[in-house]
Amino acid sequence: MGIADLDIVRRQIQQAKRGDLIFVCLGLAALAVAISTFIALFGNMLNDGLARLGPEFFMNYGSRHADKAGILAAWVGTLCVMLVTAAVAVPLGIASGIYLEEYARKNLLTDLIEINISNLAGVPSIVYGLLGLGVFVYAFGFGKSILTAGLTLALLILPIIIVATREALRSVPGMIREGAFALGSTRWQTVAHHVMPAAMPGVLTGVILGLSRAIGETAPLIVIGTLTFITFLPPAPITPDFPFVSFAWVNSQFTVMPIQIYDWTSRPQAAFQANASTAGLVLVLMTLLMNGLAIWLRARLRKRLKW
Amino acid sequence: MNKTLQDADTLPKKAEAKALNFYYGEKQALKSINLPIYDKRVTALIGPSGCGKSTFLRCFNRMHDLYPGNRYEGEIRLYPDDINLLDSGVDPIEVRMRLSMVFQKPNPFPKSIYENVAYGLRIRGVKRRSEMDDRVEQALRGAAIWNEVKDRLDEPGSNLSGGQQQRLCIARALATEPELMLFDEPTSALDPIATALIEELIHELKSKVSILIVTHNMQQAARVSDFTAYMYLGDLVEFGSTNELFIKPKIKQTEDYITGRFG
Repeated sequence: MGIADLDIVRRQIQQAKRGDLIFVCLGLAALAVAISTFIALFGNMLNDGLARLGPEFFMNYGSRHADKAGILAAWVGTLCVMLVTAAVAVPLGIASGIYLEEYARKNLLTDLIEINISNLAGVPSIVYGLLGLGVFVYAFGFGKSILTAGLTLALLILPIIIVATREALRSVPGMIREGAFALGSTRWQTVAHHVMPAAMPGVLTGVILGLSRAIGETAPLIVIGTLTFITFLPPAPITPDFPFVSFAWVNSQFTVMPIQIYDWTSRPQAAFQANASTAGLVLVLMTLLMNGLAIWLRARLRKRLKW
Repeated sequence: MNKTLQDADTLPKKAEAKALNFYYGEKQALKSINLPIYDKRVTALIGPSGCGKSTFLRCFNRMHDLYPGNRYEGEIRLYPDDINLLDSGVDPIEVRMRLSMVFQKPNPFPKSIYENVAYGLRIRGVKRRSEMDDRVEQALRGAAIWNEVKDRLDEPGSNLSGGQQQRLCIARALATEPELMLFDEPTSALDPIATALIEELIHELKSKVSILIVTHNMQQAARVSDFTAYMYLGDLVEFGSTNELFIKPKIKQTEDYITGRFG
């Protein structure tokens, strides 16, 4: 290559670098739109709602008087529903993911199941509400209870957890599996001792993503008949008498944060709008807290994993 | 040091492939292989890539059972109890409990150095801490890595260099006191110094255990093995003592390959 050619090469490099620059500008612009939208929304909520944020807001039930209304029933309800959802969806979702990825033979049936699960993740949430109404409320007679809501939301996020679990398992190098098998491990030992621990960060991400989705869902809960105004809490899970734990709370009626917010925004008085902003703020913080926990856990687990 | 094949007739065998065919689905990858593995000797498998040497090696510990569509025909007999490892009545897990394997790329588990070596013992029911400690140390010494890791057994295995990782994997394979060790191109991802260490190690190990090693490196086969088999396109072309095979191969194709005219 002669010196003259070098000039051409340099010009080509300069031209190619322009592509980099254009992409960076476009990327930053897209990012700015996304972030400024979030900041505007969050800022607006802060502005409207921060004044009402205080201990009594968490300790009061709903009320006809906006300044006395609080979210006690709603945040306790959300907590209870999420507990049921997590207790059902996490083990079922992870177990299904493991089975499909590590055990099931690849054939027409598993292909069909796979396509179905991916599609289920895209079904509108209100359809799950109809399913919950038909199956849990009427067929099983669970009523408008925490149990019904928890199970309905569990169905809703099950595909998310299954898909995330499978992705996470797939990302574990085959060498690790072969290493374990070559030592004489059974399939279960291989999965439980090596593959699952390695896949845990990814699985956890899926679980949190699913739960974050569930915590904000409103439509399916309206369909199953969640109350918008209640002034009682579910019975306590710990009782003074033997056996000291009670699951009566799952049969209790309830309301949840998104529905409380929906209720308040639909009222004409401005003071209730402010309440809705405050509750929205709390809901966003709850979600951020959950995501933060997930990120922290993931970072911790990843530190121990290297290959 | 190397014996001729005539002397070999008196050597005890550890294993023997008899009329072994292997199929990946419809595709036949091994064609009627007959090969003895002598006890406490190193047998090397050489041949161009795709000749089936790794496929053959992985028959011994039934790794092919892990994937659907694979099929064996024929036998691999394991001595002294004279069972057919490939028999459908023989549990592949039992086979893998008796034979151990070292892979092409070091694949330590994402766990501590200690746990890497201890794992095989744990699934064999070793529970007592003192026994575990002893056997882990023994295995690490056996793999010539004890001095490098004894002060950091709790560190992740992945903190080690590539060569150390591979010796850790050898320790892991050694801890369970296997009858036959399978090495699948164990040095192909390593630098020359790490390679030399591992070759030396293999040389020492054969006083305790029978070894079958796949290598793409003919010099390595010449250095570490007592017997060598040359494979091509799923056929076993020639088998003999390493001396004979490298100095006066009987078959023209073998000669072409080892002299570098082909392959």
